[in-house]
Amino acid sequence: MTRRLIEDRIAPKLRNDLLNPLDDSATLELPAGRVCFTTDSYVVQPLVFPGGDIGKLAVCGTVNDLAVMGARPVALSLALIIEEGLSLEVLERLLESLAETAREAGVPIATGDTKVVERGRGDGLIVNTAGIGVLGDSVQLGLSRISPGDAIIVTGRIAEHGLAVMSVREGLEFETSLMSDAAPLNGLAQAILGAGADVKFMRDPTRGGLAGVMADLAEATGFSIEARESDIPLSRVCLHTAEMLGLYPLTVANEGKIVVVVSESDAEKALAAMKVHRYGQHAAIIGRVTDRAPALAELVTRAGGRRIVQRPYGEELPRIC
Amino acid sequence: MKTFSGLNSERIDALLASIRSVCEGLAEIRLMEVCGTHTVSIFRSGIRSLLPKNVRLISGPGCPVCVTPSGYLDAACNLAGRSGVTVCTYGDMVRVPGTDGSLADHRAQGGDVRVVYSVRDALRYAMDTPDKEVVFLAIGFETTAPATASAILEARRSDVKNFSVLEGHKLVVPAMRTLLSDPSTALDGFICPGHVSVVIGSAAYKPISREYGKPCVVAGFEPIQILACVERLAMQVREGRADVENVYQVAVKEEGNVVAMQRIEEVFQPAAATWRAMGSFPDSGLKLRQSYQEFDAARRFGLKTDGDYEPPACRCGDVIQGKVEPLECALFGKTCTTTHPIGPCMVSSEGTCAAWFKYGSVAR
Amino acid sequence: MCLAVPGRIALIHRSDSESDARTTATVDFQGSRVQISLELTPDARVEDWVLVHAGFALQVLDEGEARELWEYLQEADVVREIPVFAENPVREESER
Repeated sequence: MTRRLIEDRIAPKLRNDLLNPLDDSATLELPAGRVCFTTDSYVVQPLVFPGGDIGKLAVCGTVNDLAVMGARPVALSLALIIEEGLSLEVLERLLESLAETAREAGVPIATGDTKVVERGRGDGLIVNTAGIGVLGDSVQLGLSRISPGDAIIVTGRIAEHGLAVMSVREGLEFETSLMSDAAPLNGLAQAILGAGADVKFMRDPTRGGLAGVMADLAEATGFSIEARESDIPLSRVCLHTAEMLGLYPLTVANEGKIVVVVSESDAEKALAAMKVHRYGQHAAIIGRVTDRAPALAELVTRAGGRRIVQRPYGEELPRIC
Repeated sequence: MKTFSGLNSERIDALLASIRSVCEGLAEIRLMEVCGTHTVSIFRSGIRSLLPKNVRLISGPGCPVCVTPSGYLDAACNLAGRSGVTVCTYGDMVRVPGTDGSLADHRAQGGDVRVVYSVRDALRYAMDTPDKEVVFLAIGFETTAPATASAILEARRSDVKNFSVLEGHKLVVPAMRTLLSDPSTALDGFICPGHVSVVIGSAAYKPISREYGKPCVVAGFEPIQILACVERLAMQVREGRADVENVYQVAVKEEGNVVAMQRIEEVFQPAAATWRAMGSFPDSGLKLRQSYQEFDAARRFGLKTDGDYEPPACRCGDVIQGKVEPLECALFGKTCTTTHPIGPCMVSSEGTCAAWFKYGSVAR
Repeated sequence: MCLAVPGRIALIHRSDSESDARTTATVDFQGSRVQISLELTPDARVEDWVLVHAGFALQVLDEGEARELWEYLQEADVVREIPVFAENPVREESER
């Protein structure tokens, strides 16, 4: 049953030279030097949401984890845990999306595995991907390189993914023009690194949102992170949808954005490189690193006040009160 | 009053200048907001850092989650654990701990808990799944009570037998009276809740200003409105007046929403209610009228909701009455954090402790 | 305590039953639309601004003030959108 599923339905969608032999392992040829290796598992309800689905997400998430390290992704693995009862039509659609995203990213699915579990044990579909990327010798990214004065850039409008997924959650459905921003960012990341700017650090603000990354940066570097609320790119739809649900855009997940820390003098150069890229059109400098003590992530609000930005906790639920 | 001139910084600067001049030379002015959304807006916008030092904003019992007693949560968790029962709730209640864990914990153990945006979604779910008992957690102040009443009326019209509500609504004006009756609270005025006032009307605060001599100003939630409200309150304090004013006229009428009040009146009657960590006081909550008791989940399932247990050393009760600030609680920020909340004020996203912890307070 | 958000009525759905209580409206929150009950604001009309809480319109907002609200939203430092729901005249007018 599983064998036929793989041969008939899954493998044809993902066809590439590494996967085609369907051997026990894929054989990769990597250049000498540093290699990045990462894995993540994807669980999302519903499986399909505006602007994406679990297939696209499973590629983007892992590709982006490599991309923000400065690595060029060279291969992904794919494990599917399919719950009995998932329609083949839905599965095929998700795989097509996954394959298309992998093609866009230019990364082959080199090896894979499929298991089918009993009904009630699988959430429809659970996907795991792992990725390998090669890190060029010139790439020097790290929290330790961050220093006061550095500029903080976000590559586009925030909060789109989390809100788009919420719009189709059972019991909370609402009609929206919002789409998930899920996108493979290896191209954008390479464009940023190739701009000749002194880029010091990159991270994708997924779960926990921009607030989570800002709080992490302050904690890990020992410097303050200061952002201006009015400079943070945010669409009007997102602003009002978040307001309607009682959520704060800074804490909502993104799947197609990078937070970039770059030396002050090179900020405009890096920004220009982002803006010409498809996924960086709305990039903006949102703040800077300061030596203000104690080390906190802070937001200068539209009203001119200051407040501390903290890592959000737990699951963000719409609230009424 | 231009209520929505927004984030226009010139207007904010002008208001701040006016507040500074009005407050100059006055003793400390203690103003309480009795609305969690005000609390959150004040923290998010950093208003505290902009006000003169002698203006103190105190957060009162304005968060429906924080004032819901643990006994109510225990009853809700009990229901979630029963087979054939689905508990529908606003997202706010999911993480609040009762004496035996939260609804989130009970859901993890297989309980059927659904987050809804509206009580209408809960009623629709009941109609779609007639083989399940659907219980809606009816919490919130006067803003939210008309929605619950409407759903009960619709359940009656459509003869929905498997829908009931666990009644936990609270009323704001009786809570304000209780706070004022306690001399240790020492307040100079109230920032009155915008959206409660949409329903009850600004006239509802007249007895408070008259009987207790305290100014009451209704405000919306944009920083500019909160500042305008603080300006009016400070002005009244300076002039020794105690009037009801309204800087949220775009939404709040003197008489409120008469239809909404009628719906509450039709389905509910005032009753003694237990406020978490504050105790029980008369007519401060709602209960279903005799003729609607078939929709009372506590009755249908034989549960009590008014038990009140507080974790040792937790000072949420004092915090929501404005007697102490979160920093004065021995647990705050140490064992009680937003990641591991102990008291209700830390759990709710608009709880005073959560607001202090999450949004911090750089100045003051 | 109570989150309520202004939105503009795009469509009203009158129930064919005798009860006004079942009248609902599709309300546009600047690009996201939710169906809500008009039971508590029976006088609300298409294009009115209403304050929405927990799936119910709680109040019709005064026209003049609502326009100010709109101007404030235009002023806010928010990236301008491509018009959404462009097929809808209410929305087009709103986008100016």
